[in-house]
Amino acid sequence: MDNIPARQGHSLELPKSDVLKRLALSDSGFVFDPVSGNSFTVNGSGLAILRRLQQESDLIRIVASLCEAFDVDVLAAERDIIEFANLLRNTFR
Amino acid sequence: MKRDERLTVAITGMNAVADNPGAGLAVARCLREAYGERLRIIGLGYDALDPGLHRREYCDSAHLISYPGSGTDALFDRLAEIHEVERIDFLLPCLDAELPLLVNMAPRLDELGIRSYLPSREQLAKRTKDRLAELAHEAGTASPETLPVTHADFFRDCDRKGWPFPLVVKGVFYDARIAANREEAEVAFRAIAAEWGLPVLVQRRISGEECNLAGIGDGKGALLGEVMMKKRATTSRGKAWAGISIHDEELSSAAQRLVAALKWKGPIEIEVMRDNQGVYQLIEINPRFPAWIYLSQGVGRNLPAMLLALALGEEPLPLAPPRPGLLFIRYAQETLVPLSSFESLMVEGRSALESEQS
Repeated sequence: MDNIPARQGHSLELPKSDVLKRLALSDSGFVFDPVSGNSFTVNGSGLAILRRLQQESDLIRIVASLCEAFDVDVLAAERDIIEFANLLRNTFR
Repeated sequence: MKRDERLTVAITGMNAVADNPGAGLAVARCLREAYGERLRIIGLGYDALDPGLHRREYCDSAHLISYPGSGTDALFDRLAEIHEVERIDFLLPCLDAELPLLVNMAPRLDELGIRSYLPSREQLAKRTKDRLAELAHEAGTASPETLPVTHADFFRDCDRKGWPFPLVVKGVFYDARIAANREEAEVAFRAIAAEWGLPVLVQRRISGEECNLAGIGDGKGALLGEVMMKKRATTSRGKAWAGISIHDEELSSAAQRLVAALKWKGPIEIEVMRDNQGVYQLIEINPRFPAWIYLSQGVGRNLPAMLLALALGEEPLPLAPPRPGLLFIRYAQETLVPLSSFESLMVEGRSALESEQS
């Protein structure tokens, strides 16, 4: 797991970046891990976060990118990412 | 194989039954798709109801052979008899229990003109279930602790001896059952001991995901053309009913170390559990192709075709790069069999030859 400091004092624990980068993402929200063979689905918000996490490890920049693309404020975006990171952590435990 | 040459390949393990299929039919399918009608495929089975024997698109003819329990001589005599009629060029066994006998008789088969591509006796013995932990250690691979047990009384107080339930109860040659308590363990012990003899093996149960790797050992330590699969659905006996191709360098590397330690020659299937810490635990090594081998054709790495090329001393076709993400899903279907075909197998031990079919 990789730790990324978050603005609200939480530590954002994510699966390793090579694990996130290897995931095959489809526009439909279908996600496939070619190493474990596992697949799962994410909604539009999850897909947007996952795509950014594949490219970027800096939380502030990810939040800024989400705020720019969607009608969402910084705190809500950061909260969504932290919640989604929990789901990812459980998935790739 | 020369363009105008027609080669005859005999394949065993045509028992493509739903809960625990032999690999023979899938191997025949791979070879048929690679070589088309340039190959004559002879299905060898133990029961006239083995479904693969009746699939004419894959088997040009079919014969019954004697059970491995009848001994090497009986099996050799039967193969020699079939060879008289069919002129077998290459024999490809697909059942574990046949391997010790066929390895022993390989030189005699070779004298008849029947080629094979098999491990040595030593290689075969080194991957048996009771020696697996030793092999895993040598290859630097993790494996669950295993204990040989000769009496069902072991399960009375096994938790106090450091072996809490659930446990996996396994036969030395075949069969594995998960026992959640003493009663289940004793039932499993008795059933397995009656069928496969003593000792029965007791293994710590690993929680995780089961992945399998199929490939070919070249006999010098190299693993050729590995294909990996993760089980997505299983039968009541734990066999894959659906699976998906994967590619993991870590699993590939573990398999290469195991094949190098064995100097394995021939088809191989390596079964592992990926435990909750992400560590691959070696569960079993099978000395043959698995029943899911058609997936290898699907991902552009037709392993049975590669094996035939190696056995003939030819350059195998180039392999496609690993292709994770291809699913297979089994299904049940009926094969219709004319009574005359069934009668021929039952009475004469062989299907009607092509020349006799109208």
